[in-house]
Amino acid sequence: MMMCRQATRLMSLRQDRKLSLGEALSLRMHLAMCGACRQCDRQFTLLHEAGRRRADSLFASRSDRE
Amino acid sequence: MMDDSTQGDDAPTRMERLSAVRPRLLAFARLHLRDAALAEDAVQDALMAAIEKDASFAGRSGYETWVFGILKYKILDSLRAQKRQGKLMPLEDEGDDEAIDRQFQHNGRWQEEARPSSWGEPEAVFESERFWQVFDACLIALPDSAARVFSLRELMGLSTAEICQALEIRENNCWVILHRARLRLRACLEKGWLKEGTT
Repeated sequence: MMMCRQATRLMSLRQDRKLSLGEALSLRMHLAMCGACRQCDRQFTLLHEAGRRRADSLFASRSDRE
Repeated sequence: MMDDSTQGDDAPTRMERLSAVRPRLLAFARLHLRDAALAEDAVQDALMAAIEKDASFAGRSGYETWVFGILKYKILDSLRAQKRQGKLMPLEDEGDDEAIDRQFQHNGRWQEEARPSSWGEPEAVFESERFWQVFDACLIALPDSAARVFSLRELMGLSTAEICQALEIRENNCWVILHRARLRLRACLEKGWLKEGTT
């Protein structure tokens, strides 16, 4: 059975590419059983979104703010 | 939108907008290049290109966003040039996994003190000024290659295929580096931001 450490690899991977069916299934099974990993998965998703927003806040056209 | 040097006096000129956005361009370039002089060069190149190509700014996106788009390519050019000159540290060489090993037990389960906890609703997180301070600090604290690949992926929004091509590494390396970077970042954020409320 997949352990948390390997599960985090798939959680990270799915921020970058589509998981294979096998990968997606084993990740889903692990997440169903593991609360800590569900939190980690949310955190990776949040980091992904945070990166996008950080770039936006640096470079959105806000000449009125300057 | 297609104004140039002969525009009215109330709107800031393109040159004024460029000098206003310059510090943010520089901050972004430093994050990626991790070298003040190289960052300065990349920003200089981007500003020159923005001035030269002014007529091609279509006005569909904001002007600053357009300049930022130019900077992205200048940063990639700079990384490629460093790579060619052998100045870029090979990405595989930061094999130091200690920060990640510390989060897991030998059997692959989370260490008790590293178990991820809830950060709350994302929208509330993003509204917290403190979160962004810690986010920036944690990003800077990452090892060079992890920070570089993470910001190319998550801040610049490049695909791992594009990153590999620019840095001439295998895509698999990219994924390994990103996995480590995310684990480090989450641990750093949890320590620096979430737990501070309890101290």
